[in-house]
This record gives sequence, structure tokens and C-alpha cells, in this order.
Amino acid sequence: MDVTTLLIILFVGAFATYFSGDKWAPKVALLISLAAFAGTICLLSQYNSGQEISYFKIWISKPAVFISFYADGLTLAMLLLTTALIPIIIYSSFGNNYKNAKAFYALILFMTFAMTGTFLATDGLLYYVFWELSLIPIYFIALIWGNGDAEKRKKAVVKFFIYTLAGSLFMLIAFVYLYQKANSFLIGDLVKANLSSTEQFWIFLAFFLAYAIKIPLIPFHTWQAKVYQKAPTVGTMLLSGIMLKMGLYSVIRWQLPIAPLAAKEFMSLFIGLGLVGVIYGSIVALRQKDLKKLLAYSSLAHVGLIAAGCYTLTLDGLRGAVLQMIAHGFVVVGLFLVAEIIYRRYETRTISEMGGIRSQSPKLTSMFMLLVLASVALPSTFNFVGEFTVLYSLSQINIWFALLGGTTIILGAYYMLKMFQHVMLGETNVKIFNDVTFNEGLSLVLIIAVLFFFGLYPKPIMDLISPSLENIITLINRIN
Amino acid sequence: MNTLIAITGLGVLCLLFEILNFRKAIIPITIIGLLAVLGFITMSEYNTPMSYYNNMIVVTQFSSSFSALFIILTVFLIALSHDFYEEHQTKISDFIAIKIFMLAGGVAMVSFGNLAMFFLGIEILSISLYILAASDRLNIKSNEAGMKYFLMGSFASGIILFGICLIYGAMGTFDIAEITDWSQSAELPSWFPIGVTLVTIGMLFKIAAVPFHFWAPDVYEGSPTMTTATMSTLVKVIAIATLFKIMTAMNAELSDAFINIIIVISIASMTVGNIMALRQNNVKRMLAFSGISHAGFMLMTLLTMSSSSASLLYYAAAYSLAGIAAFAVILYACKNKNNEDITNFNGLGKTSPILAATLTAALLSMAGIPIFAGFFAKLFLFNQTIQAGYLIIVIAAVINSIISVGYYFKLILAMYTKEPNEEVTKIPFVIHAVALVSIVLNIAIGLFPSAVLDLLG
Repeated sequence: MDVTTLLIILFVGAFATYFSGDKWAPKVALLISLAAFAGTICLLSQYNSGQEISYFKIWISKPAVFISFYADGLTLAMLLLTTALIPIIIYSSFGNNYKNAKAFYALILFMTFAMTGTFLATDGLLYYVFWELSLIPIYFIALIWGNGDAEKRKKAVVKFFIYTLAGSLFMLIAFVYLYQKANSFLIGDLVKANLSSTEQFWIFLAFFLAYAIKIPLIPFHTWQAKVYQKAPTVGTMLLSGIMLKMGLYSVIRWQLPIAPLAAKEFMSLFIGLGLVGVIYGSIVALRQKDLKKLLAYSSLAHVGLIAAGCYTLTLDGLRGAVLQMIAHGFVVVGLFLVAEIIYRRYETRTISEMGGIRSQSPKLTSMFMLLVLASVALPSTFNFVGEFTVLYSLSQINIWFALLGGTTIILGAYYMLKMFQHVMLGETNVKIFNDVTFNEGLSLVLIIAVLFFFGLYPKPIMDLISPSLENIITLINRIN
Repeated sequence: MNTLIAITGLGVLCLLFEILNFRKAIIPITIIGLLAVLGFITMSEYNTPMSYYNNMIVVTQFSSSFSALFIILTVFLIALSHDFYEEHQTKISDFIAIKIFMLAGGVAMVSFGNLAMFFLGIEILSISLYILAASDRLNIKSNEAGMKYFLMGSFASGIILFGICLIYGAMGTFDIAEITDWSQSAELPSWFPIGVTLVTIGMLFKIAAVPFHFWAPDVYEGSPTMTTATMSTLVKVIAIATLFKIMTAMNAELSDAFINIIIVISIASMTVGNIMALRQNNVKRMLAFSGISHAGFMLMTLLTMSSSSASLLYYAAAYSLAGIAAFAVILYACKNKNNEDITNFNGLGKTSPILAATLTAALLSMAGIPIFAGFFAKLFLFNQTIQAGYLIIVIAAVINSIISVGYYFKLILAMYTKEPNEEVTKIPFVIHAVALVSIVLNIAIGLFPSAVLDLLG
């Protein structure tokens, strides 16, 4: 079994879901996603036992493009994140009845296929194809199944699409330019290309545009909050849980090794951009009245810190960033799920209209509390491990960076707990609030279990990602 | 050569069928005939390049590959005709025959070996188109379109003819091979470049590149939709391939002035076409402007003529196949309506999901989103152009690709977010078939680009 099996499962699964009809589509989709998860576990065990799991074949002869999939520890960690979250996302959506469910679930699986391909591809062009491909399903998911006023939603979603497309087209130019230098799109050859520091600067910038929009980093974040708010919760989970990790992963896999000189020269600038995001996101989150928007801005803050960790170019920074990527993926999906659970009962996302849920549904309240604590990086949660490592690496660069980055924890604790207080505590609302159903509960429990298990015992993930990150650091520090 | 003869024979046969009262069989027989020509004659000609009649016709790999593309496009267009001309059953043989003759003109335009043949090809193609543009004779708009197109087109033909005269004056021959040899020499009479310029201007008229594009939106809007489909796919591709061929023959890329002019025209076409398209509510006008911008993209191949014939073929195939798929849906959505406004597409995603998905795919291909062929077409073009060192024009092209998403998405949004206005009418089988086959072909050449690229390795 090699990595293509995983892609085939998801691709064929998307079509199988579509043809299974509206009634069976959710169940088929869940089954496929579980199969994909099982596939990833198999790949992982094969990788650990040293077997070959990559795939290499020529695709286009001129210009030379290869179908090249390769998985190292870093890729496998991202695959685990993706394939573990997708079943949870699909399962948690069972409480909603989507119109035209077959297309909805098929699009989710197709998007998973595209994202998996993005993580696996090591040929620049193939990577780009998957990168763009993942945009189409989320566009339709947000557009057709989204909520709120149709005109406003349309505007937000089209802005998102054009924005991300614009960014990635500059990345395409960078790839084409690199091809002239290296005569290949393969990452292995691209890092060997002899680039002057000016060339590296422009290439770094072109990549940065694509990734900063996708992640999103300040000042390219303007699409984010509206799309998160307007998209159906499943779409928001896909965007915030997995898709933005594509951007962060690409920084580590593509941007830094290809243009290390530029990365070193402008290190403070890019760390600064990430930290500005931390502070800006936290402050804006303080003032949000809409629960989903608040979570969107808090996500902006966390992601800013992860990006800052990546741009430190230290092993600790990268390691912390990857850990935090995984932790953030789980916690953000959990938080959006809680928002959805409340919406299913109260049909509102405005925080001031909620309250008093605790007395009616203690189970949801305690699980939400755990998620909030994980999100503010309480020690013993996975987020703490990630955030602490990133802050440590920042302090090695400059203590002020670490101090600024640390505000994410303080401010985060403030707005998250304040939000929790308004949403869950307070006077009992007139409306009846049923406690969590079985599938809502199971999804939340799984997420919380992952967060606390790896919070107490992060070693397996550390061991998985460390060797590949060390390789990347060697590439960054190479001397051409 | 045999391709040309066989196609012309097929056209004559179409007219004969009318006399023999064989009307019903015309479309199937022509389609089978064209596919037979493609399968037997064009394929074998591709493998045996040759010249005929004192170099009047020179069959090369270039000419047979492009002829093959033209034939495939014509097959689609003829298949769509059945439904479109339902109410004009008595004239169906004329319509089909004219299209076949147009194809013959197109094949002549890519396989000429002599400027006389080049001009003959242009005229055969143009005159057929004038007729088709005005073919809805009771409709005043169609009359206007025909007249406008005729005036503009004959003017352009005149300019081309003048250019040919000057080239003859400079070279003393109409033969392309000889002109190619001599145009490399250092001492050329000053009217040779003038002649080349005039031919270029005339051809840019036919392509509808900025600043010679003013006729296109009006003619596209006024003509019957079937004719618009023909003009924006088949004819555009023929014209650009011809321009490419004649410019290669004249060694135009040796001249810096020529390169600069092409850069300016190409950027202007992309930008003006896209910006004007953003403002349109009529789908035909929108596609006319989008066609202008695609012409700008294809003109980029003229900067690297010695090596870019394969990417031109690929771009032309990707663009025209997407165009056919889009027009198949437009023909259905705007049937029996008196306009082609975007509102006609409201709710198509609900009433006929397959057609809506096809149109979406076609538009995504034109916008250059993978995995559709349009993306790879742009990629190969950019690759070629950056390789030759023209980074600026590629950046302009990329910015234009982003702008183009704006108006392509207007249509997609109408299909998926608006409510349908009326009851669903039955979708004819051919519309489904043509739309699906052309988009599948588009995706197939996207997945296996080498199949097309290696034709002109």
C-alpha cells in the first residue's frame, strides 16, 4: 500500500457518496472517511517500520512534471489531523438536515481529497493543482449551504475565492520562474536551484502572498471573519480546522526551504506580522457579539502565533508550530461544534441572546469548559505544549517577541472566559435547551480526549515530526 | 490536401441531399463524414507531411493538428444545429453546408503554402460567416450584425490584400517557403515590413484583438446564438492559428518592433476585454469580451514563435472546448427567449444540475482553475513566455486571470444562488451529449496534456 491508496479512497468515495442518494450519503461519507483514517494509520505503521510508501511517476514530459507523492513524518502528522477530523466533522453534522445532502457530503470528501493531495505532493505543479482544487468545493459549500442573507454571503464568499486565487496565482508565477532555474518542479531540485538573494526575496514574497491569504495573516485576513460566519458550520470547520493548516504546512515545506536567505533577512518582519495578528485578533475578538465571529478572530490570533513560530527558523519554533497546528485544528473544530449545537437549539449566534445553558445541560457545559480551557492553553492540554514551545522559540530570538506572543494566552483567557460566562452561565433562558445528543456528545468527547491525551503525552507526535523538521532545518541552513 | 478535398466534397453532398429530399439524415451523415475524415485522412496526413500543386497547399504536422481540432469543433457545432434550427427545417442543408464550407476555409487557412491560397481561405471563411451572422433574416438585430460584420470584415480583407501586394512587391513571389528564406536576409525593402504590418492588422481584425475589436460585441450579440458559438470558438481559433502561421513564415519575431507591438496589443486585449466583460449583463456580450481577452492570451505565443506552436494548439483546444460546452448550455437556457441576460440562468443549478455543472466547469476552465485544461493552457503559455524573458506580460496576464474570475462567477452565482424563474422545459439529448463530451474532452486533455502537446513536439 502506498499513499495513492488514500487519495483513491477519498476520490472514489466522493463519487460513491454522490451516487448513493440523499438518504444514504451521510452514512456513506462517514464510512469513507473512517476508511481514510484507517488507511492513514496503516501508512503510519508502514512508515514506522521503514517501508516505502511514496509514489513517483512521470506525468507531463515537457515541461517535466511528475506525479510525485511523498510522506515523511510531517506529512503524516498532517494526514492524521485531516483524516481524524473529517469523520468527526461529518459525524457531528448528522444533526442537521442538509438539502441535497449527496452533493454536500460528496463535496466534503472531494475537498478532503484535494487537501490530502496538497499535503502529499512534492512536485510543485502537482501541489499547486491540489492547492487550487481544494478551493472549488469549499466555495460551493459556503455558497449554497451557508447561512444568513444570500446577497451578503455571496459577496463574502466571492471575495474569499478571488482573494485566495489571486494569492496563489503569484505562487504559480514563482513556480514557473523556479522551473526555468531548476528545470524541474520537484522540491528536491528546487532547493538546489542557485538563486540570488534578490530572486529569493521575490519568490519568498510570491509564496508569502499565497500563504498569508490562506492562513490568514494580517493584513490579508479581511475575508476570514465573514466567511467563517456565513459558511455552514461544517464549512467553517473545514476552513479553520484543516484548510488554513495547508497554508502553514506549505510555509514549512515549500517557502522556507526554497528561499531561506530571504526568510532569514526579513525574519523579524514576518514574526512581527504574526504577532500583530495575535494582538489584533485578540482585541477584536473581545468586542464580538457573534459567537462564530468571536471564534474566527480567536483563530486569527492563534494562527498568528503559529506563523510566528514557523518564521523563527528554529527547530523548536517549527516543532511548536506543527504541534500547535494539530492542537488548534482539534480545538477549533470542537468550539465551532459547540456554537452549532447552541444554534440548533436557540437558532441564534448572538452571544447576548444566549445564557443560562448550564442549568439545563450540564454535559455540554462541562465539555465546553474543557474546550475553552484547551483553547487558552491550560497546562496539560495539547495546546499548552504547542503554544509553550512556540513562545520558548520566540524568546530565543528576542524576549519581546515572546512577551507579545504571550498576550495571546492572557487576552485569550479573558475573552474566552467572558464569552463562556455570557453563553453558559447567567439567568436561565426561557427557551428549553436539551442536553447534547449522542452524536454531538461523542464528537466532543473524541476531540477532548485527543487534546488531553496528547497534552499529557505528546511524545508520539514529537517523535513523528522531529526527524522531518530536522531535515527541513538543515535545508534552511544550507549554504548554496 | 485530401482533408480539404474531402471536406469540400462533404459540403457539396449536403447541398445534394436537399435535392434528393434526404433532409433528416443530413446531420448524422455529416457528423459521421467529418469523423471519418478526421480518423482516416487527417491522421494519415499528420504522419506524411507533403506539399501539393506547386506548394499551393503544404500539409505539415502543424496544419493537420489544427485541422483535426477544427473538425472536432465543427462536429460539435453541427450536432448542436439540429436543435437550434428546428423551426427552419427546410433550410437545414444550407446551414450545415455553409458550416462545412467554413471549415474548408479554415483548413485552407492553416495549410496554405502560398499567399493566394491564404487569402482564398480567409474569404471562404469570412463570406460563410457573413451569411451565418445575418441568417435570422426577419430579426433586425441579426441583420445589423451581418451588415456590421460584413463591412468590418471586408475592410479587414482589403487591408490584408494590400499587405499581400506589398509583400509580393518586396519579394517577387507569393510562395511562403521562398518568402521565409528571403525574409531572413538583412537587406529587405522597406515595404516588406509595411506589408507584414498590414497583414497583421487585418488578421487582428478577424481575431478581434484590441484596438480592432469594436465590431465583436455587437456582432456577437446580434447574431443567432448558434453563429455566436461558431464565431467565438471555431473562428477565433482558426484566425489565431492562421496569424501564428503567417507570422512564423514572415520571420516576424526577428523584429524588435514587432515584439513590442505584440506585447502592447496582447496586454491591451486582455485588460480591455476583461474590464469590459465585468460590466456586461448579456451573456453573449460577456463571452465576446472574454473571447477578446483570451485572444490576448493566445497572442502571447507570437513572442516565442519558434517553440510555442504546441502551447498555442493546447490553449486553442482548451479554450474552444470550454467554449463549446458553455454555448451548448447557453443555447438551451436562452432558447425561445428574446434576450440572453444572465437572469435566464437563474436557478439552473436546481432545474438541471448536469448542465449547470457543465457550464461551471467550462467557466472554471476559462478562468484557469485546475484540473481543467484552461489552467494547463495558461501554465504552458506562462512557462514559455517566462523562459523567453517576458516576465511583465505574464504578470499582466495573471492579474487579468484574477479579474476574469469576477465575471465568470457572476454566471455561476446566478445558477446556484437564485431561484428558477419558470418551469423546466425538456432538455434535448444533443445538448446534454455535446456539453458533456466537450467538457470531458477538456478535462481529459487537462489530465493528459502530453497527448496534445506531443503532437507538435
